Amino acid sequence: MDIFVVIPAYNEEKKIGIVLKSLKNAGYENIVVVDDGSKDRTFEIAKENSYALMHVLNRGQGAAIKTGIDFALSKNAKVIVTFDADGQFLVEDIKKMAEPIIKKMADITLGSRFLGKAINIPYSKKIVLKLGVIFVFLLYGIKITDSQCGLRAFSSDAAKKIKVTSDRMEHAADFFSEIMRNKLIYLEVPITVLYDKYSLKKGQSWARSIDLGINMILKKLMR
Amino acid sequence: MISLIQLFAFAFVTFAASRAVLRAKDKKITVFELFFWLCIWGGLIIVVFFPELTSYLADVVGIGRGIDVIIYTSIGLLFYMIFRLYVKFEENEREITQLVREIAIMKKKK
Repeated sequence: MDIFVVIPAYNEEKKIGIVLKSLKNAGYENIVVVDDGSKDRTFEIAKENSYALMHVLNRGQGAAIKTGIDFALSKNAKVIVTFDADGQFLVEDIKKMAEPIIKKMADITLGSRFLGKAINIPYSKKIVLKLGVIFVFLLYGIKITDSQCGLRAFSSDAAKKIKVTSDRMEHAADFFSEIMRNKLIYLEVPITVLYDKYSLKKGQSWARSIDLGINMILKKLMR
Repeated sequence: MISLIQLFAFAFVTFAASRAVLRAKDKKITVFELFFWLCIWGGLIIVVFFPELTSYLADVVGIGRGIDVIIYTSIGLLFYMIFRLYVKFEENEREITQLVREIAIMKKKK
């Protein structure tokens, strides 16, 4: 089965090498790293162990994911899994994400750290994510347990249908609205997310989350 | 007798209008856009030099004072222009992303 792992990366030179090696060791051959205009050596490191694509300008995580998905589709990917570059996810979870799609039980799977494990998650983070869940339900009528998880998997058909138009972090909302618009079958899969100093430093701040919420509302209104 | 504000307004409008004409000459803006800006600046001159005209306008549309008519219209116009800019800006952002994406994929395929 042609599973493509798409990894958006921005200034991740410290972690991307380890992440790519563990993916390779687990037998994943088709890894697409989209370096989103990093200022460090992310691209050079990624080149050794993946299809490394480079955004010449920083366009945001949503834009990078979309580029990776487009590229994977051009390589005839059957299943596309998005993964984070900062080592927060477990490689073993990719299989769990892809399985329901291979078995045609779902068009898209969404990872959930709350069905699974969120190790060392700070309290504030938990609150923000839970608020996000309520928010997504109110805006899109989709009941999920984790609104911002970067671990997702798509069938190639679903990936072709989904239009990610938000460049920045609001792309999470795009997936929900596109699921509804295309009437895609989605499934939440329990996964594990590890929090360490590195990922917390890179993670979203409270202010950013509020900004994100406002953007999601605006987007909904403008449509 | 010309007041200070009239002098300032005149100097500013001459400057702004000349900019618009130059931009049009360079084909950076269309003739229609030039017309639009000349109307705006021309309107400003008329209002500054003949303020009593605005009172007449105020009576016609039923707003208390002449100056209020101008302020309301200006704010409305400003909002509209900000909206247009916003739309244009979003469009540009999307196009830049599209370009960056195509370049990334093209470089890889080579």
